[in-house]
Amino acid sequence: MQTRLNLDPAVVREARALAAKAGQPIVEMARTHTTVSVERAVLRLAGLQGADPDGMPWVNRLADAIRDTTGLEHGVALPAWDALLTGSYEDLASLAEAAAQGKVAFRIPAGTDAAAARSAASAALARGIARIDANRVQRQQMIEQTSEPRKPWIYLIVATGDIYEDIPQAQAAAREGADIIAVIRSTGQSLLDYVPEGATREGFAGTYATQENFRLMRAALDETSHELGRYVRLTNYASGLCMPEIASLAGLERLDMMLNDCMYGIIFRDINPRRTFIDQRFSRQIHARAGIIINTGEDNYLTTADAVDAAHTVVVSQLMNEFFGKEAGLADGQLGLGHAFEINPAVPDSFLLELAHAQLVRELFPDAPLKYMPPTKHMTGNVFAGYLLDAFFNLCGVMTDQSILLIGMMTEGIHTPFLSDRDLALENVRYVRDAAGRLGESFVPAPGGFIEQRAKQVLGESVGLLRRINDDGLLNAIADGTFGITKRPADGGRGLEGVISRAEGYFNPASEILEAGNGPVRGDSAQVAAGSLEGAA
Amino acid sequence: MTGNIIRPYGDTTGDGRVQVSFTLPVPFGTTTERARAEGAAMQLATKMGLEPAMVVHAKGMGPDYTFFIVYGRVSHLVDLAEVTVTEREFPLLSSAEVNLRIRSGLGRKLVVVGACIGTDAHTVGIDAILNVKGHSGEKGLEYYREIRVVNLGSQVAIPDLVARANAEDADAVLVSQVVTQRDAHISNAREMAAAFDAAASDAGAGGRPLLVVGGPRFDPGMAAELGVDKIFGKGTTPGEVASYLAYALAPEVPAEDAEGARV
Repeated sequence: MQTRLNLDPAVVREARALAAKAGQPIVEMARTHTTVSVERAVLRLAGLQGADPDGMPWVNRLADAIRDTTGLEHGVALPAWDALLTGSYEDLASLAEAAAQGKVAFRIPAGTDAAAARSAASAALARGIARIDANRVQRQQMIEQTSEPRKPWIYLIVATGDIYEDIPQAQAAAREGADIIAVIRSTGQSLLDYVPEGATREGFAGTYATQENFRLMRAALDETSHELGRYVRLTNYASGLCMPEIASLAGLERLDMMLNDCMYGIIFRDINPRRTFIDQRFSRQIHARAGIIINTGEDNYLTTADAVDAAHTVVVSQLMNEFFGKEAGLADGQLGLGHAFEINPAVPDSFLLELAHAQLVRELFPDAPLKYMPPTKHMTGNVFAGYLLDAFFNLCGVMTDQSILLIGMMTEGIHTPFLSDRDLALENVRYVRDAAGRLGESFVPAPGGFIEQRAKQVLGESVGLLRRINDDGLLNAIADGTFGITKRPADGGRGLEGVISRAEGYFNPASEILEAGNGPVRGDSAQVAAGSLEGAA
Repeated sequence: MTGNIIRPYGDTTGDGRVQVSFTLPVPFGTTTERARAEGAAMQLATKMGLEPAMVVHAKGMGPDYTFFIVYGRVSHLVDLAEVTVTEREFPLLSSAEVNLRIRSGLGRKLVVVGACIGTDAHTVGIDAILNVKGHSGEKGLEYYREIRVVNLGSQVAIPDLVARANAEDADAVLVSQVVTQRDAHISNAREMAAAFDAAASDAGAGGRPLLVVGGPRFDPGMAAELGVDKIFGKGTTPGEVASYLAYALAPEVPAEDAEGARV
């Protein structure tokens, strides 16, 4: 590891070991439980789409019917495919329709019936996952036909609520220089226990994540990628109560990056901690297979806590995200760990502190496509000062070799960006990238100087916090308000009723395929993104 | 130009100089298009009262739009005598003063129930007011010894909020609406106030808790129209909310009695 901060490798090793130790019991819990959303994801991967006349997806209706009869302790696959084979149903959709009317007598099959159900389910899931594999290959081909944008990638948000308005805005943003388009979700979607269906034209401060919206936007950006000769990535949110399903839809529709944090939903959305940890593991297995880069949400910690005092909570969360991510099969090149430029500009040496934090994260995760978030908390309404602060953010980003820059808006907190705000923001980042893009190679903080000392201090505090988490257990630490101030007890929050302990003989054909590994592609976009295959094993 | 009549100040008293920026849906490609775009900007500036106006910057954004920065002189006069200011009706107190006032005026802890209602999942506003951490260097209401805080979090249904406020014997209900579309924050606040009023009239005596709403899109002057007691806008700090709650709920006790109550 190249180091400009003279970090002690023994301290870094200890931090990783402590994160692994804290995370291991959570992994055990995830291995022995399932959730309603994991089971619905299995049905989605098998191709079940559509919704009843009230808009409730068939995957919900079918999973609920099975839960009400045989329970979900054995997984949805055994009873569903058994019913499919023994009944006279054309496909999962007609089975779901009959099940919703209470016309299906589900059972947990035994003997040869069980073997037949397993084999049929496995074949269906193999087809679904083959589609994800094919998408991964297609992404790579698209990049070869167009080109890979240079780093840092410029990340821009669209969010009109109407997918047909989002599309031209996203295409315009790409033409203006955006490398990544993120479609912000309608507020509150994270707390819906189903994924809405179809193309949507109304949302609240964002656009619903649906399979059809994913497909429409990806198709539009493919067109623009060819036009520009540069592959434009698409991002959405695999978070909230339907994290596994949205991850599956992202894989099926070739999204490229997904917001997917191990703790964000717990802390910021009051989703039950157990539900979140189980869901995130399955969703990350899908992302790993699909070659999707995840983005984690540590920037949020700095919007609720002080960015200097809480700097170490960011590092601790990144280490936890890294542990859980790799355990689920993600490669280093798929770990878009998040952090942010949120120190109060009135603090003396604030830019040096930002450099120290950003360089620390870069050195701790040398092969990760780090996602760096712009100032929001100290954007005051003085748009001129805000524009300056955004330039310093961009400068810190290029000096410390951040991989993904979310573009700061000088009108942050005033309104959703005007066309001109976005254009000025892109002008800002283009200037900094062109003027100082290679400054990073010459940025070597003075040995023993302020930046090095601050980075070491934050790393030391991170190790201290990880020790305390290990004394207490991660779930208790979250309950005590260790992250982002809020206290979240293990049995509190939304979605606990959707957590199910696996029975002996639990069967999940998707997990079996995903855990067996053997994805078809190596050395493709996700890995190339960080220029490394290390840690993929 | 003296006294109450003033004009914007550029670099000389009374020069009336201002700066504006805007975008027009016109192309900025060919020479003809550029001339037409600048003419369009000049026309808008003139209609806005900038005369003379000068387009100092014009830049095409994509094929269809142009961004302009314009300087100009406005002839409008500002009459300070006609400026009305809504003054804060309550004094700003320190946390110690708030605690003292609650102790002496209420004689028990003041109970606050907070929530985000409707589809809004953004608890950042309510958390910034309620959490110990607070914001802008001020601690949140949880920090006040004499305030008991029940934070219900996001997407709380109005009937649940009413029931919980009743169960907790809430003195005040704080509701935050951060992200809103098509004036959902207005209709949500109105609906909430109506639900509390209905519950209070069902229950007979006792009345409803003090209703306080907050969020960046609210107009603080709309409290009566929405049926709530107080609206806080963007930039409100926890100390302002605490001071208001003490003012509204804990009657001021004359200084001597307050001293007595402390013993």
